[in-house]
This record gives sequence, structure tokens and C-alpha cells, in this order.
Amino acid sequence: MVAGMQPPANEPGAQVEAANIKLAVRDLSISYGRDTALGNVSLEIREHEIFGIIGPANAGKTSFLKSLNRMDMFNSDMHVKGEVLFNGLNIRKLRNIYALRSRIGVVFPLPVGLPMTIYDNVALAPRLSGMKNKADLDVIVERCLTRAALWDEVKDRLNSLGSLLSGGQQQRLTIARALSQEPELLMLDEFSIAVDPVTTMRIEDVLKELKAEMTIILVTNLVQQARRLADRTAFFLAGECVEIGETEDLFTDKVKDQRTNDYIEGRFG
Amino acid sequence: MFETSTLNARNQQVQRLVRILFLMMTLFLIVPVLIILGTLVVKGSSVISIDFLFTSPTEGMTAGGIFPALLGTVFLVAVDLVIAIPIGISAAIYLSEYAGNNWLTRVINLAIINLAGVPSIVHALFGLGAFVLFFGFGTSILAASLTLAIMTLPLVIVASKESMQAVPQAFREASWNMGATRWQTIRRVVLPNAIPGILTGLILEISRTAGETAPIMFTGAVFFTPFLPQGIFDQTMAMPLHLFVVATQVPGVPEDLPYGVALMLIALVLFMNALSIAFRAWLRGKKKW
Amino acid sequence: MGNGVLTETGSGGDFDRRNTDWYMDKVVQALIFIGGISAIIFVAGIFVFITKEGLGFILDRFDFMEFFTSEYWYPAEEEDPEYGILAMIAGTASVTVLAMLVAIPFSLGTAIYIAEFATGKTRETLKILVELLAAIPSVVWGFIGLSIMNPLIIDVFDVPVGLNVLNAGIILGLMAAPIMTSIAEDALKAVPDRYREAAEAMGATRWQVIQKTVLPAARNGLLGAVLLGVGRAFGETMAVLMATGHSINIPGSVFDSVRALPATIAAELGETAVGSEHYQALFTLGIFLFMVTFVINLSADLIVRDTAKK
Repeated sequence: MVAGMQPPANEPGAQVEAANIKLAVRDLSISYGRDTALGNVSLEIREHEIFGIIGPANAGKTSFLKSLNRMDMFNSDMHVKGEVLFNGLNIRKLRNIYALRSRIGVVFPLPVGLPMTIYDNVALAPRLSGMKNKADLDVIVERCLTRAALWDEVKDRLNSLGSLLSGGQQQRLTIARALSQEPELLMLDEFSIAVDPVTTMRIEDVLKELKAEMTIILVTNLVQQARRLADRTAFFLAGECVEIGETEDLFTDKVKDQRTNDYIEGRFG
Repeated sequence: MFETSTLNARNQQVQRLVRILFLMMTLFLIVPVLIILGTLVVKGSSVISIDFLFTSPTEGMTAGGIFPALLGTVFLVAVDLVIAIPIGISAAIYLSEYAGNNWLTRVINLAIINLAGVPSIVHALFGLGAFVLFFGFGTSILAASLTLAIMTLPLVIVASKESMQAVPQAFREASWNMGATRWQTIRRVVLPNAIPGILTGLILEISRTAGETAPIMFTGAVFFTPFLPQGIFDQTMAMPLHLFVVATQVPGVPEDLPYGVALMLIALVLFMNALSIAFRAWLRGKKKW
Repeated sequence: MGNGVLTETGSGGDFDRRNTDWYMDKVVQALIFIGGISAIIFVAGIFVFITKEGLGFILDRFDFMEFFTSEYWYPAEEEDPEYGILAMIAGTASVTVLAMLVAIPFSLGTAIYIAEFATGKTRETLKILVELLAAIPSVVWGFIGLSIMNPLIIDVFDVPVGLNVLNAGIILGLMAAPIMTSIAEDALKAVPDRYREAAEAMGATRWQVIQKTVLPAARNGLLGAVLLGVGRAFGETMAVLMATGHSINIPGSVFDSVRALPATIAAELGETAVGSEHYQALFTLGIFLFMVTFVINLSADLIVRDTAKK
């Protein structure tokens, strides 16, 4: 992403520092009906960093991700307040929300292999954006499946149904699909839940490489995974963003809030 | 102890009796109809031959075949499908993919139920008033097929809607997450997986349309015409009306002739139905997720 | 950087541009919406057009008392035509009642057998049979009444005419029963299995479970099935036209020939001149039919929806 091509922000008082801020969240609150899932979160995510989010279940991590690509549009129960700026643009005021989503790749914990061939699964995003050339698609499909550590297992059966792969394979297929969008921002939500440890390690290595190409938000319930990968990490607890800091600081007792320490030390969660 | 076991034994007996009673009721409902259908087959099959299928009625409809009626029904069904498919499927897409849980959706569902429940003769009156007279299509295949399509629309809508709703929401969300528009998601993810179910509904639609009499009586089908239909503005003969005519309107028809017509009509309708059932069973065995 | 193919349409922040896909989405949404409300348009259209054709009669000639209390329907009289539908209401009602006497017990019984007793292959076969029976066209039923039931009734009951209330009632009953069976079976299947398990755990027999638990829980759905059957029988045209004998009569017994409302329209409309009083009177009959079935369907829907909520 070429930072210098930042257009005039569509907000008065646009921040000067926007250049290397990929995503700015201000006073974000999410509620479902009367239940608050997340309250008053403000944070900034820099370009080309891996931003970890840790926290126990029901901390609001998944809701947070869903609000970033405006999936709340499809859930009339979900209400989002506050501001999210993507590349300095307020995502609530975008004229083409689909363009935003095509720039953001998402991997949710429940793997979804679409009921089409493995090839078509990975070629879907490029095709949606108008790509038809078979040779170009072939390249993308192979590259994305390779990066998602799935190519070797499926290269001989690209025409079988993606929805009939095993859970772990579907998870990697989902990752490959997210990568096929060539996203500016990749959001991973507990991606390793259905994947074996060896494959998890392989994907983690890929994520470190991908950092050069995109910004990554990594939601994980594995504290050590955040430590291995994330540059900075936020700790969410029961709808509150308790702490944000350099990952190493969180793990070396430089926490500001005792609860963070308790969680990392495994005293709850 | 002793008491309990006699009670159990009595219960068992009641149970068995009740079961037999309900089985009898089932058989009372089904067996007579099967006997009747058997009679139709026995009496009708002597009439049916290649000639019967491919010649026109002769001698004041007391002899000859049913070709114009057969062809007319094919025409009516074909035009009906051209009308019912786009309207029915888009209504189904709306209900499955767009409609919220609000008053409009309730009104639409109520309208669909009413469209299915209004007597066929009222549909005929509507077709006459609207298509034949008001829109000036005259008594024609077009007017008759429009009437049939509107009458049988609920069938297409309900079958298509159900097969679209059977596509898991997670697939749509995955597609939206990639930046697909609603329409792109419908076209690339929902429809391809719903099409088999929609087809099942369409085969039923054909079966239903082919057998309807009242809606076409005053809108496009005629008792007899020496001409085969050339286009959608022509009148035509049709199988169900032809059965009505040879059974009630023509003097001196040989006793077995109407049985032949009835058998052909029922064979046509039940064949399409059986096809749809078989297709459905085949689909059930072919899981895609 | 790294955005090879996909960012060719724009780079940096100017991706937020409406493109063909965006407009396509909006256009399709509008078209689909029209399709979505088409059923409403058609139902409204039915009402508007039959009213339009029948309006002349309603304004100029319609006499509420005559229409509903006279049993004389002489629309073709030159001098003094009379438009009373009482006899036809009696005809339709007698046939519908008899049809329901046939259809309600047998269809509910069949539904209970299929849903609660039958298993495996038997169950599948019965369901398919019921579905096929429901597909038999009404004109074929009419033909069956005319050519098979008619001589049978004459033989068995030693009556001069076999086209009567009995004939049409049985035919209509057999015709409505499969549809009622399907809907009733759905209603029974909608009762959660845990109800049955709970009752059986307390030592109840299958029949006690059905009686005490399943039937009460499915009551509204079953009532909906019955109402839809009534609507079906009430509005049936061809079968009734062919099997009742089609003579205007307030029936004294099931062996009397009668005439039904829908059948009257089917039989007479072809002989009337467009716009004539008789023609308009037949459309007025249509309006009456439309309104009655509307109410029946509405109540059936409300009752079934009520169950669905619980």
C-alpha cells in the first residue's frame, strides 16, 4: 500500500499522522439488542504490523472484527456506534461498501468451504473483481493455496468440492480464499482452532512473510501465539479494551492493568 | 406386580388395535383410488395407440386421436413456464434473501396463500377480465398461460424459496466478507446450490399446469379447432378440457374413448410428479456440504 | 505493493468508487423487489378485475335479499331474470360437508398413521402415494364421478340418478384428503420429539402419547389442514360440475342432484355475452367466491401461524 497516496480525509480535522495508520477506531461500541458486546474502544493499527487481540470468550473480539468490515449491515440485531477510519476514510460513509470488504480478508474460527470446487473457492474473489483469464487465475490459486499450506494436499483434486474437505483443510481453504483477495488488511479470528500444531506453525511463518504486504489483525485465544507473532497486542475483557501495548511489554510485566497480567499468567480465561 | 402386568398387556392390546385402526383408515383412503386408477388403466389402455396420440379427432370428435390437445397442452405449459419462472424465482429470491421480518413480508406471504387458495374458476374470471378483454390478448394461448402462471405461481415461489433457504447462511457471509455484493452472492453461491430444488418445483409446476381445466376454459382453450396453434395469440385445444368435452359435451362418443383421454392426462401428470419425487430423492442422497 | 491484480481499479484510498457491480446490485435489487411483491399485485389484480366486470350488476341490479335468499336462478329469462343463489349455496354446502365427513377422519387417520406409526420404507411409500394422489387433476376426478361412481351409486343404492350430493361428496373428499393429509402430517411432525419421549418415559403407550400429547400440541396445525380442505372443496369447479348432476335444487337427501357455485360460473359463462347482465352476475358470483375463500384462507393461515409462534 502506497501510504503517500492518501486522499483528503472525508472528515474535518483529519489526522496528520494518517500516513502510517491503517485503521483508526474511535469510541467504538457494539451492542446486540440491549446487551453490550464491546464498549468505547479506541485504538490505532499501523500499516504492516501484526496486531494481536487476546482475551477470553465473550470479550467482544469477534464482534470487533465484524464491525470493521461492516458485517453488521447483515445483522439487524447488531448495533455499532463510534468511528472506524480505514486509510483515513470513515467506513460508515463509504459509497461502495463492497470495495472496502474486498480490501479486507477475514478468516473466522468456523471454517467455511463454499460448496464449489476448491479451485472456484480460491478463484471466487478475483472473479468477483472481474478477472477472467484462466492463466492468471491459475497463478493466484496455486500461490494462495501454497501460502495457506494446503496446496500439496489438494493440488491433484482441485475439482472436488471445497465444502467436503476436512475441518482443518477447510480452515486453510478459508485462509487461501482470504489471501486471494490480496487484502490490505487481513483479519484472522482464532484460525488455528481446527488446524494441527504443525500446520499452525507453517501458517504462522507465512503470516510473518505476509506482514510485508499487508496489515494483519490476529485474534487469538493462544497467548503464546500472540507473543510469537504480534508486534503489538490488545487485551479485551468482557467488552472492554483493557490494555494495548508492545507485545513484549505485556509479557515482561510492564502491564498497566493487573487483569492483563492475570490473564497472560493463566489465572483465568 | 400382577396388576401392572395385566395393565401392560391391556395397553399392548389397545396399542395394537389402534395401530390397525389407523392402518385401515390409511388403506381406505388409498386403496379405492388405486382401484379407480386401475380401472382407468384397464379401460383406457385399449384406446391408446401411436395413432391415438398423433392424429386429430374426427367424425365430430367421436373418433380419431388427441394430437391437437396434447400439443396445445405442451404449448400452454411452455408459455406458462416462460412467465412463471422469472416472476416466481425473483419472488422467491426476495423472500429468501432480502425480506425482513416485517409487515410487508407477512402481506406477501398472505397474498401467496390466497393466490393458491382462490378457486380456479375465479382465476378464470380474472384471466378473462384482465388478459382476454382488458389487455386485448383475446382468447389465446398467451392469455390462458398468463392465467395458469399466476394461479400456479405459489408452487414455484414456495419450492424455490425453500431450496434457497436451505443454503446455510455461513456461505453467504463468507461471500459477503470477500466483498461480493448481494446479487453476486445470490448468483454465485445461493442459486447454484438451490437450482436442483428449484427444478423439482418446476417439474411439479408442469404437472399442475398440464392438468388445470377451469382457468383455461374462457381464456384460451377451445372445445375443438381444426387448426394446430401457430403462435401465442392462437386458440388451442388442451388435454384437460378435451377430457371434459368428450366426457360431457359430445353425443355418441364410444364408451372407452374418454378413458383413453383420461389415462393419457393422468399418465402425463403423474409421470411429471414421479419424476419430481425421484429427482428429490436423488438430490437427498447427494450432499454438497 | 502486493496488490497486483485487484487494485488495478484503483489505488490508495480512491477505491471507494461505485462500479458496475455496485449499480448492478441496485438494479437487480429493484427488479427482485418487483418480483417479491408480484403476489400482492396479482391478488389485488384479481379483485380489481373481477369487480370491474361485475360492478355493473352490483350497482344496477344486485338485490341482497334476492341474491342470498331466493332459490331461483333464472339469469337467462328475457322478461324477468332472477338471481338467487340460495340453492347453489345449499348445493355447495351439502357437497362440502359430505366431502369433509369423508376427508377429515380419513386424512387425519392417515396422517397419524404416517407420522406416528409407520416407519422406514412403508412411511416413504405412503408419503409418495399420498403426494401422487394429490396430483390427480380435478377434471379426472370429475370424469371418475361421471363414469365410475355414477353407475356404482345407481347399482348399490338402487336410485335413478348417480350424479348427486353423494357422488360429488365422495369425489371431493377423496380429492381433498391427500392435501389435508400432507398438511396434517407436517403439523404432527412439527411436534418436537421430546414431548413424545417425555410421555413415553412416564410409561405411556404410543396411543396415549398421541392422544394426550401429540394431538393437543398439533391442534392448530390440524385445524389449519381442515380449513384448507374446506377451502379446496368449496372452490372446486370441474369435479363438482361433472359429478353433482348440475341441477338447481335444495337437496333433501344425498341422492338429490345439486348445483355448486363455482360450477355454475364454469357452465354458464361460455353462453353469455360479454357485459350482459347475466355475464356480470356470474362475475358477482366470482366476487362472492373470492371473498369467502379469502376469509377461509386467512383464518387457516392465522391459526397455523399461531402454532408456529408457540
